[in-house]
Amino acid sequence: MLNLELASSAEATSGAGFNARRAAMVVLGLIVVGLPFGLSGFRVFQLSQVIIYAIALLGLNLLTGFNGQISLGHGAFFAIGGYSMAILSAKFGVSYWFAIPVAGFLCFGAGFLFGFPALRLGGLYLALATFALALAVPQLLKFKPFDPWTGGVQGLLLSKPAAPLGLPLTRDQWLYFLCLLGAALLFWFSSNLVKSRIGRAMIAIRDHPIAAETMGVDLALVKTTTFGLSAAYVGVAGALSGLTVGFVNPDSFGLFLSLSIVVGIVVGGLGSIWGMVVGALFIEFVPNYADQISDVLGEGAKALPWAIYGVLLILIMYAAPEGAAGAGRSLARHGRRFLPRRESPSRGT
Amino acid sequence: MAAPWRGPGANDVSSAAALLSVADLSIRFGGVVALDGVSFEVAAGKICGLIGPNGAGKTTLFNCLSRLYNPQRGEIRFDGRSLNGVARRRIAELGVGRTFQNLALFGTMTVLENVMIGTHAIAAGGFIVNGIGLPFARHQERIIRERALALLEEFSLVDVAKARASDLPFGTRKRVELARALALEPKLLLLDEPAAGLSHEEVDALRAEIQAIRDRRGVTILLVEHHMNLVMRISDQVVALDFGRVIADGSPAEVRANRDVIRAYLGEAA
Repeated sequence: MLNLELASSAEATSGAGFNARRAAMVVLGLIVVGLPFGLSGFRVFQLSQVIIYAIALLGLNLLTGFNGQISLGHGAFFAIGGYSMAILSAKFGVSYWFAIPVAGFLCFGAGFLFGFPALRLGGLYLALATFALALAVPQLLKFKPFDPWTGGVQGLLLSKPAAPLGLPLTRDQWLYFLCLLGAALLFWFSSNLVKSRIGRAMIAIRDHPIAAETMGVDLALVKTTTFGLSAAYVGVAGALSGLTVGFVNPDSFGLFLSLSIVVGIVVGGLGSIWGMVVGALFIEFVPNYADQISDVLGEGAKALPWAIYGVLLILIMYAAPEGAAGAGRSLARHGRRFLPRRESPSRGT
Repeated sequence: MAAPWRGPGANDVSSAAALLSVADLSIRFGGVVALDGVSFEVAAGKICGLIGPNGAGKTTLFNCLSRLYNPQRGEIRFDGRSLNGVARRRIAELGVGRTFQNLALFGTMTVLENVMIGTHAIAAGGFIVNGIGLPFARHQERIIRERALALLEEFSLVDVAKARASDLPFGTRKRVELARALALEPKLLLLDEPAAGLSHEEVDALRAEIQAIRDRRGVTILLVEHHMNLVMRISDQVVALDFGRVIADGSPAEVRANRDVIRAYLGEAA
């Protein structure tokens, strides 16, 4: 076994760079916390959607970006999360504090189980199997015998919760902070995970499964657990979405949602954590902007927002083939070239 | 399934010191017999060279040792236990490290990460422990990093620690693989054609490196190699295979003088 003795614990963090980074984080944190107080209710609602998408994108990215398993059907887990939330709260009066984690666990179970057939399917075959999931779930939600639970084609209504403890927040503001709390926890968990031996195992499986197994990685366990974890993230996002929108409906969890999540992780950067925020901004706002651009172009272009969306997507893939995260990395590389070189004191000879 | 047959030396006094013993190992792919009753032993702390013309079954034997292939007959015993039926991923944990003929690095990972993952089998902690970042996991991570950095130092890889493995030249990538295989402090190191594709100078450096690895760590090394000069100079024992059978097993001098070995090589050259 690994000998847990540390030979030398000279863990010097280069001072100046670290502080600048920390200062930037604090400023960013203040902006994120302050935003809902300066914006209209609708804008706050949109930002909550962005946070929810970011959680879902991170979930899919753990599976696809880090572990190399393609899923075109994660909208299904979004649906399971949303419906778990709605059924627990509307039919059983369960508190959302309880219902959101339960939605996550249910989706973990569903994803973990789906991970087993996924073990036997690689690449495009897995994409097709998950595509089937995306097609099937919205239909199952409309299935007549399930109506007493799912509300059939009409879906289910949820009441948006008020802020607890008498906090002076509107419902939209409170939901924003609730989503932010969930995202903070899940992003923290993922960024720990991907830097650990488990993260290395996930990436190793993506890069070279046979070599990974030779290193002692349990392929089946890591792949199925990653599938479960990924589904859990998307399930929590679905639950938060149900709560924030106040409504779940089979048609809001269709194929389009599944594909949007895939678009989001590619735009944000495969195998990136924070790039998912950019991916989420993209899938929340760009369709709207495409709509506005098509309005500007006049009557003839009215029906073309998705064509404009498509052109934008292609342009982005040309400009940043590795997504926002890749663009950020190369920007940082180029930026460093123009800065004066600073000798780090800890590395003096 | 219990092993039906034990090697001739299974109860010998000499086998007590054998770290690895291969007995009557046979495997066929369709109609092709890749290994046919292969038996030999390697004593702890020795360097054993495995030679033979192309298609003799050397890599097949390695893949049986790493459990990538399942032999149809025979048994491999390592460190006192049978490897028959042991899961592929347990092999590293038992103390067998290996490199691959055509390299099997994790291309998108850095050199440091590639070496760090070499410790996977001997480290602990799953998704939750690592996701929450418990002190135990963080502490272990620091130790893994220290050990990997020491290996980078040993193999002159410090300068490329942050480089992506796939961006490096072939010779460097081979050293990364070697460092990765040693990260778990194996008892047995399997090297599959370590000299292939290396320049003359690199082969010389490799020879010194392999000997240093054995001398410093006392690790037993089984080496598949076409580079005769290298094999004959560093091996304590040489096993020659031809058409899936052992045709010679002894000291480098003995094997070099063996008629079957000469015939196998000249036959191929003609």
